[in-house]
Amino acid sequence: MNLTLHVWRQAKASAPGRMERYEAKDVSPDMSFLEMLDVVNEKLIADGKTPITFEHDCREGICGSCGFMINGVAHGPKSGTTVCQLHMRSFKDGDELYLEPWRAKAFPVLKDLMVDRNAFDRIIAAGGYITARTGSAPDGNAIPVPKASSDQAMDAAACIGCGACVAACPNASAALFSGAKISHLGLLPQGQAERERRALRMVAQVKAEQFGNCTNIGECEAVCPKHIPLAVIARMNRDYLKASWKDRGAVKQDESA
Amino acid sequence: MKLDSRVPSGPIEQAWEKARFDMKLVNPANKRKFNVIVVGSGLGGGAAAASLGELGYNVKCFCFQDSPRRAHSIAAQGGINAAKNYQNDGDSIYRLFYDTVKGGDFRAREYNVYRLAQNSVSIIDQCVAQGVPFAREYGGLLANRSFGGAQVSRTFYARGQTGQQLLLGAYQALEAQIDAGRVTMYPRTEMLDLVVIDGKARGIITRNLVTGKIESHVADAVILATGGYGNVFYLSTNAKGSNCTAIWRAHKRGAAFANPCFTQIHPTCIPVSGDYQSKLTLMSESLRNDGRIWVPKEKGDKRTPSQIPEGERDYYLERRYPSFGNLVPRDVASRAAKAVCDEGRGVGETGLGVYLDFAESIRRLGRSTIEERYGNLFEMYERITGENPYETPMRIYPAIHYTMGGLWVDYQLMSTIPGLFVLGEANFSDHGANRLGASALMQGLSDGYFVIPYTLGNYLASNKLSKVDTGAPEFQAVAAEVEQGVQKLLSIKGKRTVASFHRELGKIIWDYCGMARNAEGLKHAIGRVRELRHEFWTNVNVPGSGDDLNQQLEGAGRVADFFELGELMCLDALERNESCGGHFREEYQTDEGEALRDDENFQYVAAWEYKGPDTPPELHKEPLEFEYVHPAQRSYK
Amino acid sequence: MSPATAAGSQNRALRFFEATIVKKAIVAVTGAVMFGFVTGHLLGNLQVFLGPERINAYSAFLKSNAELLWGARITLLIALFAHIAMTIQLWQIKNAARPVGYVKKNNSHSSLAARTMYYSGPVILAFVIFHLLHLTLGTVHPHYSETDVYANLVYGFLQWPVAVSYIVAVGLLCLHLRHGISSMFQTLGFNHPRHTPRIQAAASVISALFFAGYASIPLAVMTGVVRLSSMSL
Repeated sequence: MNLTLHVWRQAKASAPGRMERYEAKDVSPDMSFLEMLDVVNEKLIADGKTPITFEHDCREGICGSCGFMINGVAHGPKSGTTVCQLHMRSFKDGDELYLEPWRAKAFPVLKDLMVDRNAFDRIIAAGGYITARTGSAPDGNAIPVPKASSDQAMDAAACIGCGACVAACPNASAALFSGAKISHLGLLPQGQAERERRALRMVAQVKAEQFGNCTNIGECEAVCPKHIPLAVIARMNRDYLKASWKDRGAVKQDESA
Repeated sequence: MKLDSRVPSGPIEQAWEKARFDMKLVNPANKRKFNVIVVGSGLGGGAAAASLGELGYNVKCFCFQDSPRRAHSIAAQGGINAAKNYQNDGDSIYRLFYDTVKGGDFRAREYNVYRLAQNSVSIIDQCVAQGVPFAREYGGLLANRSFGGAQVSRTFYARGQTGQQLLLGAYQALEAQIDAGRVTMYPRTEMLDLVVIDGKARGIITRNLVTGKIESHVADAVILATGGYGNVFYLSTNAKGSNCTAIWRAHKRGAAFANPCFTQIHPTCIPVSGDYQSKLTLMSESLRNDGRIWVPKEKGDKRTPSQIPEGERDYYLERRYPSFGNLVPRDVASRAAKAVCDEGRGVGETGLGVYLDFAESIRRLGRSTIEERYGNLFEMYERITGENPYETPMRIYPAIHYTMGGLWVDYQLMSTIPGLFVLGEANFSDHGANRLGASALMQGLSDGYFVIPYTLGNYLASNKLSKVDTGAPEFQAVAAEVEQGVQKLLSIKGKRTVASFHRELGKIIWDYCGMARNAEGLKHAIGRVRELRHEFWTNVNVPGSGDDLNQQLEGAGRVADFFELGELMCLDALERNESCGGHFREEYQTDEGEALRDDENFQYVAAWEYKGPDTPPELHKEPLEFEYVHPAQRSYK
Repeated sequence: MSPATAAGSQNRALRFFEATIVKKAIVAVTGAVMFGFVTGHLLGNLQVFLGPERINAYSAFLKSNAELLWGARITLLIALFAHIAMTIQLWQIKNAARPVGYVKKNNSHSSLAARTMYYSGPVILAFVIFHLLHLTLGTVHPHYSETDVYANLVYGFLQWPVAVSYIVAVGLLCLHLRHGISSMFQTLGFNHPRHTPRIQAAASVISALFFAGYASIPLAVMTGVVRLSSMSL
């Protein structure tokens, strides 16, 4: 099949960008979306043009590297699928596709479809962990964890940090991402000691990164390749409001807040 | 070059404890004066950087991805082994040790493997404390499953995403140290060379992948945890970015490369569908518990599977291995699939595939049970192939997914260059010639959390290191070389793309140094690789410039190194005149077509020393001794 | 490269209100207060179907109880002000969070109600102002009477543009409520796999009932079901 692509091209973060039109010819329905772009790029290189830059690594939907908008939907039309796992059989001959990078102030475009998502790392660094010095852990079975809690924690922990939630959100909010980590750790007994501090610091960092605020719209949940539920945001709100209201010094003044 | 394995003496059970006691310690107040570089942020590197940061060292951690959380450890599905014996089914540290040595076909160092089995226990504790959501039973305790044909249930898992969860645990610990200011993270930064001063590793040269800037970083020790080199095959289950550049450049600076031909093929991957294919996807080998593998009895049978009657199907694993059947080890299952496809009985458009059929299990257990066990895998299969495995058999074919070979390290994980440590898949590892399922994660974390924190301190405390800065002539020289290398790639301006070279190289290595090898083929492959490498350096087309984000340039540098490593793999495979584990030489097999080891002549680690671009490498042998587990022939009949 | 730590106010109270989650919680709580009013107001208004005496007596009762009336009015005014002030702040944050928009954006996964909150709100506000001038202060009413609420209502809705805009406005109000009622639970941290779908269903039913209730009054006036006895239609 043949497709028409409109791709955002931007040479670097500080350069202006624009949409450019490309033809993708003889696309096999068995190709993944990224393989289709590989073929387009091989042709561009042969023609002496600059290939399209896009982020990718594992190409099996788990590393979270890939992702861009296809016709206004993060990761494209198939639910629960990253672009690397999206296959061309989801499209039909003659389709016209618009490819755009994630758009958010916190995710500046580096080149073409590639953005900088280090804001996510800084949110994790602010509190998305359980402090357990190497070597200090008690036996793995010392603290039983109810299966339901463990399963729910796993649901939240499945987040791959791709950024689709932010890209899809009309507010460019990172609530699903931060809520997922706060839920994952907050649901486990091991995560209780730092629960208040975690919520306070992570939420403060989300704001410092200039993500938008959540207004419970639900676009994020719909595009999340790992089906992280909106419930994680409610849990973050609860943890944050509680910790913030109590304000019992879980976060020292000089540590932020 | 002298290979001193520094294996402690005395009984194996106390060896690690004794070794730790004998190690020198760095005074807590002095730790912050030491700068340590960690390259790679997966299970080995992430765990090491976090643990060393906690100890108080000044750590710089590098990864080529945009975030340390993307390291390819994340893609491991099945689980992680640990000798906890929570199931009361007879497991023990000794049994895990025994299984690993035997599974590795007696080509691993016993003392290393024993330590690995010991550390496995602490790994689970550590990960649980970090909040890794391992599967649990209703009573709230940890669940286990048996994996890869093991006779005990010792595998801990987090759904089909164990690698992801373990990596996130290490990543979070790493981020906490970054926040605490103990670790500085350099994402999107690729190590392009190692700097050795006075015979010791003293730093690295990197390229910032966004700005293209070549930078020098000084340290008192360098730790490489950069993963395996499976992408030499082009098509593998590795991530697209996985590469051998860091270890290969270190090899060229004096680190011996051990057992490069030991590569592991995984039998249950989704077959190649066309020339555009960019990578292969692995499906958990647990599928073989309920799926039956077959091909048509007749060559070139193009009927659909449902049209082929039962009597005209060949369930070849069940036929050849009546007692293990479809559950034979990975290497055996892979070779058997290759054999039937070579006979022309392979299925699918390319003829490179065999059926994995669930029809009988669905009839026997019901669709819902199968859905419960493998639902997510079936979904993934359908997403990729567009076929519904509940209705038509899956097509599978083996693919490369792990490399047991890597930089040679001693018991303290130090390479032949003092001050250069190598962890995880990047070292030649504890897996011998074949790795057991669910053991890769174990090794990465053992090295990172529980070995390097001790052995690094020992090195730093027992060596007097001179003061060095990036102005040193050695740094200047290596940085200039790196710069020239980049410019050279850009200046060729040939006709062929990087990917086309990589694809062709991969095909050569796969055809001649893949599942089955022979002397003639390997010699042919070496010639072909050399020719192709020559063409690469005269005809590759790397568009763009070196001073901004240039994915083609990144790829070109990596492929250049794969050429050299690919040649060494073939050479190593040619030199090893025996079959063992993942290394199957067609000349050395039993009458029934099974691997035939030669312990008398090849019970050693082959460590290759780089001798220059046009000089053949020199082979050094580290003899292996087996005091505890006595070499025996593996049999799965 | 170590992360920039988020700076915050030294003042405890200020710090509390700086967080977007708190701002959103204020929107939720004040929304709940106004939802309470909208419920009471509807129940009061529906008395129009019981005849002029009943509703005029109800109105007189409310007006006779100044503490109650002004207490309610002040509470509502504060709630309204906070609701709007917080929403404006969140709107600014949202706009700053995505300075460059998409060429193409498909938002079809979420509900119309959720996506139009920022638009339905100001329209409802404009309507409320008109509504107060119309039926509470009588400024823009053709035959305003201090005591005869029933007549005010009937005369007011006999002007069809007023009636139609009233129906449109309560329609928007109910759309706003449909998202708002369930959203406030989520904002305040309540989300449950079984109860949340029920809350969402209840929100749809309540907003539909409210629409039917509110819209029935102008419709009844226009169709002559509710009319003045002195009038001959």
